Amino acid sequence: MMNYATEPPPPSPAPEVPTVPAVHADDLTVVRGPRTVLHHLRFTVPRGRITGLLGPSGCGKSTLMRAIAGTQANVTGTLDVLGRPAGHPTLRSRVGYVTQAPSVYDDLTVRQNLHYFAAILDPGRAAAERRHQHVTQAIADVDLTRHADALAGNLSGGQRGRVSLAVALLGTPELLVLDEPTVGLDPVLRRDLWALFHDLAATRGTTLLVSSHVMDEAERCHRLLLMREGAVLADDTPEALRTRTGTDTVESAFLRLVDEAAASRTKENTR
Amino acid sequence: MSTTTPAAPAPSALNASRTTATAARVLRQLRHDPRTIALMILIPCLMLILLRYVFDASPRTFDTIGASLLGVFPLITMFLVTSIATLRERTSGTLERLLALPLGKADIIAGYALAFGALAVVQSALATGLAVWVLGLDVTGSAWLLLLVALLDALLGTALGLFVSAFAASEFQAVQFMPAVIFPQLLLCGLFTPRSDMHPVLEALSDVLPMSYAVDGMNEVLHHGDLTATFVRDVAIVAGCAVLVLGLGAATLRRRTA
Repeated sequence: MMNYATEPPPPSPAPEVPTVPAVHADDLTVVRGPRTVLHHLRFTVPRGRITGLLGPSGCGKSTLMRAIAGTQANVTGTLDVLGRPAGHPTLRSRVGYVTQAPSVYDDLTVRQNLHYFAAILDPGRAAAERRHQHVTQAIADVDLTRHADALAGNLSGGQRGRVSLAVALLGTPELLVLDEPTVGLDPVLRRDLWALFHDLAATRGTTLLVSSHVMDEAERCHRLLLMREGAVLADDTPEALRTRTGTDTVESAFLRLVDEAAASRTKENTR
Repeated sequence: MSTTTPAAPAPSALNASRTTATAARVLRQLRHDPRTIALMILIPCLMLILLRYVFDASPRTFDTIGASLLGVFPLITMFLVTSIATLRERTSGTLERLLALPLGKADIIAGYALAFGALAVVQSALATGLAVWVLGLDVTGSAWLLLLVALLDALLGTALGLFVSAFAASEFQAVQFMPAVIFPQLLLCGLFTPRSDMHPVLEALSDVLPMSYAVDGMNEVLHHGDLTATFVRDVAIVAGCAVLVLGLGAATLRRRTA
């Protein structure tokens, strides 16, 4: 996986873009316990692109991703994923979801983990050969071939995270929802993973929704959703954001937008 | 990339391949933990040996208590192992991941029941064989019937463990469910004193606890050479309870959580 081409987002359009967007939300609200975590969100995630979901921790990124993956309760409003309501049974094999904490079996080897999840996605004795190929490919994709027979529990945090990612790659899902996949990784691995994400989008047409609270990763995305306190601050390309706010980096753009939002709120309150 | 949707999976129906894959995965996890396997298999045998020599002077008492315990051991071990294993599955996030995949709740439950059931067969076979052929446990009926009851008890233990794990937020709590769920049944099942000698309220209570029928079934095999109606009733009740609690356990698995 080390020899993917350049890192910044290639401007090339996605191979073929089906008409339905990957994710479409309208008036999406999520309540967790006494707290409303997401307030009337409205946004669209295009197909075949990498969309970055950025914002400070606690702003509702993970809740939004859980809602898209269909594991979040108390979701109201419209949330369509690949043309179906989020959580629809047919989406279970079409959407890959990686939680922030690696969710793999620590007492199984990397290969055993992947073989089990592959058997769930593509069951039956007849599919054994295909499963074996998919497992080998997924392990290679996340650069864990050398550790394939190590127990997941004996791996480092970053390595376990990649096992979790490899599980989501099985079955070539159309939409990958990745919650902070690069946390705790060294710069080389981070670059390699982003190269993998771009490769998935370019060659397999996969749509990726990647969350991060590190703003420098924003520059690697085709589109950005900036979130703060359960609301979408901006939904645009990195270039457009920088131009619109007259800033050099997405980080400054984000800060400018936060300030503007705060200013308009004070204006409203004093009026 | 595929724009064609694969055939819609039937989420509620049991899928044989997915169930056996789950069972194999659970057993594979256990294989990486040989100490747990050894403890599960050996402790019931050691307890029976201990019991045999505690009642050295009265082999008749050993017959009664030994036979009852052959039913109680698998229930306790499987209860403990299953409640911890499923709690781990819940807290590690793997359960959430599985439920986001095309895997039926019944597949998960049946997979666990199958894996621990297989282990229970080994455990019960060893314990029963040891008790009957080595320690001289005197059974009138067939040892196979003892094994059958032991197996159903193990299934009941698995079912109860799966169910209570939904109410435990940590391993500490899960372990505490064992005295809460198992001990009252142990006291009331007729092991220490016949149920008819208990206070009427307790006797009535023992009538609705499944372990009473597990122990009763063992005693039927102990005293009768043929299949009695009581034995059939006992077996049916234990099996029915196991299936009922497994169903309740499936209901505690939620695809969407708050």
